[in-house]
Amino acid sequence: MAGGARTPFANALGAEMVLVEPGRVRIRLPYSERLIGNPDTGVVHGGAITAFLDQSCGMAVGSTLKEPRSFATLDLRIDYMKPAKPGESIVFEGECIKLTREIAFARARAFEEGGESSIAIATATFMFTQTTVP
Amino acid sequence: MELLARAIREGRKPDMAELLAAVPYCAHLGITGTVEDDRVLLRMPFGEHLIGNPVLPALHGGVIGSLLETAALVTVIWETGISALPKPVDITIDYLRSGRPITSFARARIARQGRRVVNVHSEMWQDDERRPIAGLRGHLLLPRTET
Repeated sequence: MAGGARTPFANALGAEMVLVEPGRVRIRLPYSERLIGNPDTGVVHGGAITAFLDQSCGMAVGSTLKEPRSFATLDLRIDYMKPAKPGESIVFEGECIKLTREIAFARARAFEEGGESSIAIATATFMFTQTTVP
Repeated sequence: MELLARAIREGRKPDMAELLAAVPYCAHLGITGTVEDDRVLLRMPFGEHLIGNPVLPALHGGVIGSLLETAALVTVIWETGISALPKPVDITIDYLRSGRPITSFARARIARQGRRVVNVHSEMWQDDERRPIAGLRGHLLLPRTET
């Protein structure tokens, strides 16, 4: 579930909000042992990459809203281009592509801090729900 | 992975509880696994650190994705008997219902196994297996040494 500026999930893993501007966010995830998916190599679990791509997409949508509205993820597609380098921080950039009355479309990308090539890219679709966040 | 290689040397299937405990991210999320009727069943008790929306509260969409992806990975390990972890190539997650702050379960099945790539489907539910809260379709690459 996406939306709030920070989530207990992201806090528990030490993620930092680096940038929030309308329609664009950047999250920095420092490398830590808790993220490891392959204990032999120290490579970060694909699920952790998925989680922060989801959050980047959701926050990018949230950052475009003039008044807070709650929304739910309909679907999320991830392409894993290469494993994240063990020991390196990962940067996630989310962008809201299009907002309609009921649906929002977003994209996100994960890459190594200081690097250019993508670790993974994501496409997400969200639906606004009727309940409003107080 | 050494514990997978050891299971193969000893001519048995790997211990799912041991495997999940050895993966730090799965241990962080609190994912445990058992095998019932030759199928892996994952369980993830609720915890504060799994929350994405504190207002509802609801599980983080990424935590849902992580459980589904882990189900896909361990099911492929269980069914193919590989000694290294498969690599995810792409996944698509459909979110059907909000993840409530209760225990979640997940299971996966191989839809098609090729020589190098496996198409796998996972499903996640909470109190009623007939009412899944999310599903995953994805491709995993098998380790090259095994083919």
